[in-house]
Amino acid sequence: MTAANSLPDARPVATGSRSGVRRAQRFGLYALLVLVAVIAGGPLYWLISSALKTNPQIYSYPPHWIPTDLHWSNFSDAWRAAPFGRFFLNSLIVSVIGTAIELTAALLCAYAFVFLPFPGKKVLFLFLLGAMMVPGHVTLLPNFLTIAQLGWVNSYAGLIAPGLGSVFGTFLLRQHMLTLPQEITDAAKIDGAGHLRILFRVVLPMSRPMVITVALVVMVGKWNDFIWPLIVTSSTDMRTLPIGLLFLKNTETFANWGAILAGAVMVVVPVLVMFFFAQRYIIAGLTQGAGK
Amino acid sequence: MTTDLMQDGRAVPPSPATAGEAGPRTPARRRRREYLLFAAFAAPNFLFLLVFAYWPVIYNAYLSLTDWDMVSSSWHMIGLDNYTSLFADPDFRGSLWTTVLFVVGIVAGGLVLGLATALLLNQRLRGRDVVRTLAFAPYVLSGAAVGTLWLFVFDPNYGLIRPLLAPLGLAAPAMMTDSRWALFGLVVVYLWKNTGFVAVVYLAGLQGLPRDVFEAAALDGAGAWTRLRRIILPLLSPVTFFLLVTCTISTFQAFDVIAMMTNGGPGTSTSILSWFIYDQGFRTFDAGRASAAAMIMFVVLLLITGFQARFLQRKVHYQ
Repeated sequence: MTAANSLPDARPVATGSRSGVRRAQRFGLYALLVLVAVIAGGPLYWLISSALKTNPQIYSYPPHWIPTDLHWSNFSDAWRAAPFGRFFLNSLIVSVIGTAIELTAALLCAYAFVFLPFPGKKVLFLFLLGAMMVPGHVTLLPNFLTIAQLGWVNSYAGLIAPGLGSVFGTFLLRQHMLTLPQEITDAAKIDGAGHLRILFRVVLPMSRPMVITVALVVMVGKWNDFIWPLIVTSSTDMRTLPIGLLFLKNTETFANWGAILAGAVMVVVPVLVMFFFAQRYIIAGLTQGAGK
Repeated sequence: MTTDLMQDGRAVPPSPATAGEAGPRTPARRRRREYLLFAAFAAPNFLFLLVFAYWPVIYNAYLSLTDWDMVSSSWHMIGLDNYTSLFADPDFRGSLWTTVLFVVGIVAGGLVLGLATALLLNQRLRGRDVVRTLAFAPYVLSGAAVGTLWLFVFDPNYGLIRPLLAPLGLAAPAMMTDSRWALFGLVVVYLWKNTGFVAVVYLAGLQGLPRDVFEAAALDGAGAWTRLRRIILPLLSPVTFFLLVTCTISTFQAFDVIAMMTNGGPGTSTSILSWFIYDQGFRTFDAGRASAAAMIMFVVLLLITGFQARFLQRKVHYQ
């Protein structure tokens, strides 16, 4: 269908021809689809393209929809105004180490709930789920005091520790492990494998998609985390990317949009890249529990 | 793999879980071992949750009864004074009202727009997978970056908003620095960020619906609107319920975009409860009041979730 004949066909609704109505409908649906794409993707395009414009282009009106040549100096400006390399490293350390610890703890815990007996297991599980009801804002001040008492303010330990408890991940992994065929773990047991061995050699390989899902979602959460790093870091060299961006914005206030946008691009791009490659896992993880 | 395990299992001298042969093994001992193992496996996760999720609730409740200022080494128990002073404070009451507008705007707007998007993406259209991906992408982005982006979009001089409004003959408002517009601006940003999530969840729900119901309805001559109201919405009500609960909880705690775009201002126009708590605790250093406000948020969320679970779920089933 070319634009040339779809356009006139979009109107003859009035003629009452059935196929005309159909065509008009389809045309309308595609128009809506494009609209949704533009609304969702437009601002993102605007962010990335503007980060590559020269300042005169950024500030010009009417706007430059397409940057004429890729202008990277905004990134070096941002880099000069704040140690973005360091922020990047901090974000990476916090989200990777935090995810590794949280995932390990969640795996062990989920395994215990599925494959090991314990008196009062059901109540314990409810206790675990109950933690989901605690809003982050209630834990803010007490956690800050706990971390201060441990002497961990402004340190990686302080950044990482409060986020390690896993309800969501444990729950998903447990649900998944419940679906694994009992015979396989039984067989491994008869063959003399210990529980750690069964977990890492049998259960884990069979749970790969779910583990990837949980790992990605947890990692994205830690990468984007804002309020806790804002509270617990006090020196520039301990800031994570989102906090670094906040301070860049506050120091460069409207003086240099190019640098600020370049900073935002640096926060966004790693997650975007991950999302485009692993969206199946990420969407599955983030929308879990919706079914039923 | 099985033989592998067997050989390894034998190679290891009396490992705890190896069945039988090594030493006397009563079922009771074996059971005790497994209890211990359960405790060891579950301990790290439970420890984290106890220290950083459950203990804070108790600690926070305690702090809310004190007049501590986060600096001095002494403080007093002042009973419920923080709570009474909060409810007497017009800023706090205003903050509750702003929270209501904010949450209702984002949750209701998100459900409507998300459902509409899902209905569109459920049509057999070319390129719909690309659009679905695009629509979901903002949801995974850092609120700090999203806030920055939209500050730029809303900038009355350089932002996208100016060329978009110009053809309509409208001048761009100072969106985020005008107290009449700022809350609305935040709602728009959060809708942009979250609607893809709602749409994807609804889309999954739509694709799980039985086809024959639609066919029967179409044969009965039901129009699109009737089908939506009488068939699709009732069948999707469990999904709506799930979204209502999760979106309400997360919207109450929205913070990063606000910290990036408005700092609760101008004036107190975007000071929703989550900002108010942060402001009291970490900018005014009034730990008692901050904790009291946090307890109020906790109770409100419990009530809302409980209410939604009780009443709406009943409605969901009987529809």
